[in-house]
Amino acid sequence: MTEKKRPLLDELKKGKWPSFVNEMEKSAAKKPVVNTLMDLVERSYEEKRVHWKHGGIVGVRGYGGGVIGRYCDLPEEYPDVAEFHTIRVNQPSGWFYTSDAIRTLCDVWEKHGSGLTNMHGATGDAILLGTTTDHLQDCFNDLSDNGFDLGGSGSNLRTPSACCGPARCEYACFDTLDLCHHLTNEYQDELHRPMWPYKFKIKISGCPNDCTSSIARADLSIIGTWRDNIQVNQEAVKEYVNNGFDVKEEVLAHCPCNCITFDEEKKELSIDDENCTRCMHCISAMPKALRVGKEKGATLLLGGKATIVQSAFLSWVIKPFIKLDKEDGYQELHDILERIWDWWDENAKVRERVGELIYRKGMGEFLKATGLEPVPQMVHHPRANPYFFWYPEDFAAEKEASEAGKEVAGSEVSE
Amino acid sequence: MPFIEVNGKQIETDEDGFIVNLEDWNEDVALALAKTEQVEELTEDHWKVVNYLKDYYKEYGIAPMVRKVVKQTGFSLKEIYELFPTGPAKGACKIAGLPKPTGCV
Ligand code: SF4
Ligand code: SF4
Repeated sequence: MTEKKRPLLDELKKGKWPSFVNEMEKSAAKKPVVNTLMDLVERSYEEKRVHWKHGGIVGVRGYGGGVIGRYCDLPEEYPDVAEFHTIRVNQPSGWFYTSDAIRTLCDVWEKHGSGLTNMHGATGDAILLGTTTDHLQDCFNDLSDNGFDLGGSGSNLRTPSACCGPARCEYACFDTLDLCHHLTNEYQDELHRPMWPYKFKIKISGCPNDCTSSIARADLSIIGTWRDNIQVNQEAVKEYVNNGFDVKEEVLAHCPCNCITFDEEKKELSIDDENCTRCMHCISAMPKALRVGKEKGATLLLGGKATIVQSAFLSWVIKPFIKLDKEDGYQELHDILERIWDWWDENAKVRERVGELIYRKGMGEFLKATGLEPVPQMVHHPRANPYFFWYPEDFAAEKEASEAGKEVAGSEVSE
Repeated sequence: MPFIEVNGKQIETDEDGFIVNLEDWNEDVALALAKTEQVEELTEDHWKVVNYLKDYYKEYGIAPMVRKVVKQTGFSLKEIYELFPTGPAKGACKIAGLPKPTGCV
């Protein structure tokens, strides 16, 4: 193969940052196909257009997702990458691998594909880039023999992902890793056999710092929180202050709820927990002095997604606090989740995400269908969205009651 | 262009093996397509799904959602995968001669 010049890719090698071009050049020493791929990428940069066709359908036995068909639209000129399919491999919870596992994954991929990986994709999977249709089943079999499974693609449950949680982080309000593993195992059918109007992503963060960015990137965001009070260690507060830490500037000024006060004489902090939205700022700023509360669980938020039919949405609260109980197999979460899926699956148009369906049908209908209580935490701004609804049957019941001369509980607010 | 051969006739397919012209479809073509999707013979149950897909497509011009297929044919998703190991979209739709579903990845 003649060495072509690739000036545009070379630009991406400059600077002190890691560069995928450097990595690809290293791989090309072993796998000539990578050279072809780089030529194609260079050409795409020159022409400012992509040279992969949209949508291909390939797969392995028993699975409706996990492999994404990629075909080059210039197969004659770039025959090595005419078929260049992507395989998604379900990552372990919190992305903890042994180095052995990564080596095994790479060995399988060098045997069956280009050797190029993307660790990790936006959904969380380990992404294996570039193989041919012929290799798919064998590659899957080898992955499977080594304990790996495919991740989700298409209109199914996408591979759930979680932050490292309690494995490395004292902020974790529940065992994110266990929950992620549990949901992955419980929903194998939903993960591998697409059956829904569109994709559904679950991301799990152990605390409101939300390291998986679940609020922006998941249909269901599960974010750790607590419902009692932030634990304050006044001794440690004093130590911060004595070391020159500016509590007023660094903490009070950034509390979105203005609910912290600081006694400069006593060097003591106090928090009005009733008015705290659990944003996590103060705790992250003074981790030695402040800790999350003792009664821990999670907030469930729904509807986040990138722009497609509607603009980008952030997830919004549907359940302010839920206990995530390992012992009962997270039953409450399963119940809510399955009710949401049922309603969405029954009502959505093709390619309508759950957030868009709620947008179209209204939060009232969603809450009614899923049996979730309307609560103030669902309201975005005061007076913006009072999710309080009356249905014809409520009026009928009221009328009946008043005709019978009785008071209906709550009737005084229904004006 | 890739093709499959049925009764001595070459039938054009796309790179994923979906037939390009729906007029080319007949029962022999369906059987030949089935073999490419790990279905060795087309039983009554297979035909039930295939015919449902064809009829739906004729009426609405798109493939039905999987939920509809499950409800209307009475087969569970698991049973559909037993009939069509490569799944309803890739396997069953291909055999029914429907155009390639354009799923988002
Ligand atoms: S989301 Fe919270 S618990 Fe999870 S890693 Fe980040 S800071 Fe730690
Ligand atoms: S968690 Fe956020 S809202 Fe609550 S007290 Fe701390 S900074 Fe204020």
